[in-house]
Amino acid sequence: MNNNTLIEKFSYDNNIVRLFANATMFWGITGMVVGLTIAFQLIFPSWNLGIEYTSFGRLRPLHTNAVIFAFVGNGIFAGVYYSLPRLLKTPMWSKLLGKINFWGWQLIIVSAVITLPLGYTSSKEYAELEWPIDIAITLIWVVFGWNMFATILKRRERHLYVAIWFYIATFVTVAVLHLVNSFALPVSFMKSYSWYAGVQDALVQWWYGHNAVAFFLTTPYLGLMYYFVPKAANRPVFSYRLSIIHFWALIFLYIWAGPHHLLYTALPDWAQSLGVVFSVMLIAPSWGGMINGLLTLRGAWDKVRDSVVLKFMVVAITAYGMATFEGPMLSLKNVNAIAHFTDWIVAHVHVGALGWNGFLTFGMLYFLWPILFKTKLYSQKLANFHFWIGTLGILFYAIPLYWAGFAQSQMWNDFTKDGFLVYPNFLETVTNIIPMYMYRAVGGTLYLIGAIVMVVNLILTAKSGTFVREEHAEAPALVPLSKNYKDEHWHRWFERKPTQMLIGSLIVILIGGVIEMVPTFLVESNVPTIKAVKPYTPLELHGRDIYIQEGCVNCHTQMIRPFRSETERYGEYSKAGEFVYDHPFLWGSKRTGPDLAREGSAKLRKPNSWHFKHMYDPRSVSDGSIMPAYPWLLDKSYDTTMTAAKIRAMITLGVPYAEDFPEKANADIERQANEIVESMRDLLEEDGFEVAPDREIIALIAYLQRLGRDIESKETNEK
Amino acid sequence: MLKFIKHNMDTIAGIGIFPLISFIIFFLFFIVLFVWVINMKKTEIELLSNLPLNADDQVNSELTNNTPNS
Repeated sequence: MNNNTLIEKFSYDNNIVRLFANATMFWGITGMVVGLTIAFQLIFPSWNLGIEYTSFGRLRPLHTNAVIFAFVGNGIFAGVYYSLPRLLKTPMWSKLLGKINFWGWQLIIVSAVITLPLGYTSSKEYAELEWPIDIAITLIWVVFGWNMFATILKRRERHLYVAIWFYIATFVTVAVLHLVNSFALPVSFMKSYSWYAGVQDALVQWWYGHNAVAFFLTTPYLGLMYYFVPKAANRPVFSYRLSIIHFWALIFLYIWAGPHHLLYTALPDWAQSLGVVFSVMLIAPSWGGMINGLLTLRGAWDKVRDSVVLKFMVVAITAYGMATFEGPMLSLKNVNAIAHFTDWIVAHVHVGALGWNGFLTFGMLYFLWPILFKTKLYSQKLANFHFWIGTLGILFYAIPLYWAGFAQSQMWNDFTKDGFLVYPNFLETVTNIIPMYMYRAVGGTLYLIGAIVMVVNLILTAKSGTFVREEHAEAPALVPLSKNYKDEHWHRWFERKPTQMLIGSLIVILIGGVIEMVPTFLVESNVPTIKAVKPYTPLELHGRDIYIQEGCVNCHTQMIRPFRSETERYGEYSKAGEFVYDHPFLWGSKRTGPDLAREGSAKLRKPNSWHFKHMYDPRSVSDGSIMPAYPWLLDKSYDTTMTAAKIRAMITLGVPYAEDFPEKANADIERQANEIVESMRDLLEEDGFEVAPDREIIALIAYLQRLGRDIESKETNEK
Repeated sequence: MLKFIKHNMDTIAGIGIFPLISFIIFFLFFIVLFVWVINMKKTEIELLSNLPLNADDQVNSELTNNTPNS
């Protein structure tokens, strides 16, 4: 810096940081309370309260959306709006865009809080919000990216520190993921059908889902780690070289890992293998991040003893390392065969979520509050208490669920020496692990208590200080770069050119997605046609939409894996061609209840009246069941004014209904509904039930009784 | 639109060339990346690593004044 350089004065806006941080805490508590509620619902089904708005299937997506997009989302914005200006020595480009970012994001969250319990859902995990909200998300995300990029372009610090590359990659990839996965055909204001079907929908969904983990839960937080850990420890990052390599490796490899959610399903083998291999390779860049984070503290571990901020960060990074080792292990097919659909996966998720995301957020907040309010933390003791109770909470959460997952999987697979299932009744494998669900609820409670203690502590800290709304700073203006910048390392060229960084990251992340997804659309042999598979009848389609509305997919799968333990229990394993008309797919991720893929087949079919009574009160036909009761299905009617629109939408999406069918569909519904009612009316009216053909329960029964029937028909492919 | 590339996916025979090409591209990319990262100058590394700590912001002024910050 020479004497001719102009020193410019400016200030950093701390108000927007405070707003986002407050939102982080508010939604964090909210999301955790919902999580605790659903944890208790699995132990005490009466906690579902018998009303539609509070049933598990509707609340679980509220929990996931709240903790991911509301808690972590606001945490990302808080951290970026604090660190980005300071790394670039310039305030955010636009306060107005910051405000729009903030209020827009909170409005999106509020719309989730309203619509999800009302049953407006796409059913696709972590993308449940319906299409109008998807559009809002796109707009606000663009606002965020615009503000961030404009700030980068007018920076005073030429070099882009590693945290910023992670922020750029996050922005670009989340945009791509959201756009591609959200392609849907709207049918009405709050209802749409996925553009994709069956196998393709599953692949797109889990390309999205895993990369939501990668680029919403991981990369932005790695960016935050690279800023806040050196700051809190007052030491530079361990290895800048390592950060370059692991950044590019991470964003390239992560994208391909999606298929590890679909191992042993009807997804083509070659895609499964790619998912496995890339997931295993992912250990390297992930651990690169962990190593960089932890070794930043080399020679300064004594600081951790005295700093609650560093304690949270160290545990967070360690949890990150654990989860990113466990993830690749779970991606090995033999391990996955045991873990898939069990609570082991839930445990894995929460080690990452509670440990990495939660604890790094807490560390960041404890770091920021004394700075923002120019005061000491109100109580070191409370903060340390939070640390220990939170850590205990994570252990009480994860360890019982590891036990539960493994035990349940073993029970599913247990055969007598004569070759019969030891536990043919699925329910037995559930009741066996309820004690583990109780311990998990204890873990969640401990974690929530810690978070509440933090909020109290930070409120009292704020009260004891004065808020520094604008932090004054000064820095030299950016010196124009001479063209002959010799001896410069090539990556420094990238670091000077944020646009190229963005485009480079975009290209890198597109590769994996394109290679994995395009062939399933182009190569017919990936999804072999099964002639016997026909589109759903209109009544079944209504029933399927009710299945989606009630969130049945959160507890029930429709994907029988090619294992003897599954074919014995559920029937023929699921084939890709069976799902070609499924917009969206409903393969599911978890078996809290049994698989339903062949619920209507000769092997498993139950009388219509059984389904009626089971939905009304599961415990009346399945003693000890933890399934919520669905009494409102007997009273509510499905909307026949939507039938034609739904069929027309399906035709647009390629389902082969006759062109003139939409207008005739309601007659078809009446006929099928009356059949179902007649089959069970006498039996049910004896028991005091009112049975009418227009009720949602009839449509749902029609759908359930259709599952798995098609391949039983005599029709075969003509060769 | 896809018709320009569809023909590459007509048959599964010989499909192995595509993963091979991809592998070569990325193997080379990362080898080059690795070599050039190894050759970064130490002075450059130090400059970049210290970016968050160089800032003339409140944190650093507090740290310099030895105010406990946790």
